[in-house]
Amino acid sequence: MADVLERVTKIIVDRLGVEESQVNLDAKFKEDLGADSLDVVELVMELEDEFDVEISDDDAEKITTVGDAVTYINSKN
Amino acid sequence: MNLDGKIALVTGASRGIGKAIALELARLGADVVINYAGNEQKAKDVSEEIKAIGRRSFIIQCDISDSDAVQSMVKETVDQFGRLDILVNNAGITRDNLLMRMKEQEWDDVINTNLKGVFLCTKAVTRQMMKQRSGRIINISSVVGRIGNAGQANYTAAKAGVIGLTKASARELAARGITVNAIAPGFIATDMTDELPIEAKEQLIGQIPLGTLGEVEDIAAAAAFLASNGAKYITGQVLGVDGGMAM
Repeated sequence: MADVLERVTKIIVDRLGVEESQVNLDAKFKEDLGADSLDVVELVMELEDEFDVEISDDDAEKITTVGDAVTYINSKN
Repeated sequence: MNLDGKIALVTGASRGIGKAIALELARLGADVVINYAGNEQKAKDVSEEIKAIGRRSFIIQCDISDSDAVQSMVKETVDQFGRLDILVNNAGITRDNLLMRMKEQEWDDVINTNLKGVFLCTKAVTRQMMKQRSGRIINISSVVGRIGNAGQANYTAAKAGVIGLTKASARELAARGITVNAIAPGFIATDMTDELPIEAKEQLIGQIPLGTLGEVEDIAAAAAFLASNGAKYITGQVLGVDGGMAM
């Protein structure tokens, strides 16, 4: 779990240019981390590559917070 | 112009305008994937011609109105060549009929291939191009999408739709370094126009300010320009290559 969060955090920090301290499980990509819709699509793409999972469009639409992403990845691994 | 090292996918590239575009991109240095719907032999011939000038190429059969098939085609391209720089959405069909006589099936077939097919191919390549932070998408529209044409309500609607799709995707993808432009060819000399009776041809030519049919090479040159580095600041545009028919 910790490892997944760490890897997810790194991707978010790299992609969105936010501080690591801003990234917590409750943080919303758009409202709290300043991502636009296309940023979220790209984040999901990077998560797919990083964790070698395929995230369907329907599932991707439900991922709105850092916690959502971590939970989703844990459920697939 | 130089496209060395670029990877291009051209739909409907076994003949006509698509073939001319594929050959021109290859001549400028690109490796080109030849998509075709039905004519395998003609697609092979184009592919061989490209290999003969020292570029890589393969053919892939795919109905572009089939979402799964389109995704496999793009995956195959990226698997084999490692990236995808240029998509030319050229494949298209006609089912001409007067509005009053047009069957729903004729409408659906043309919209599915000529408009939905462009959407599906664009969507499928976007992932790869976004990752690369670069890409060129070139959509082949038509002069009739700008000025209309009797007997082609379906084709005209689809080609006008392609112009809207071009502008919407250009806006969405601009921030990721991907440009999307359309070319609107006029009446181009192909097998189809060759068969027209002399009077019909003369009447057609009468509508063209430059006074002659276009050649497939005219479209290929425009596509090559839009794919080249010289066009890097151009997106969301419709380039008419029509002898002045639409101004």
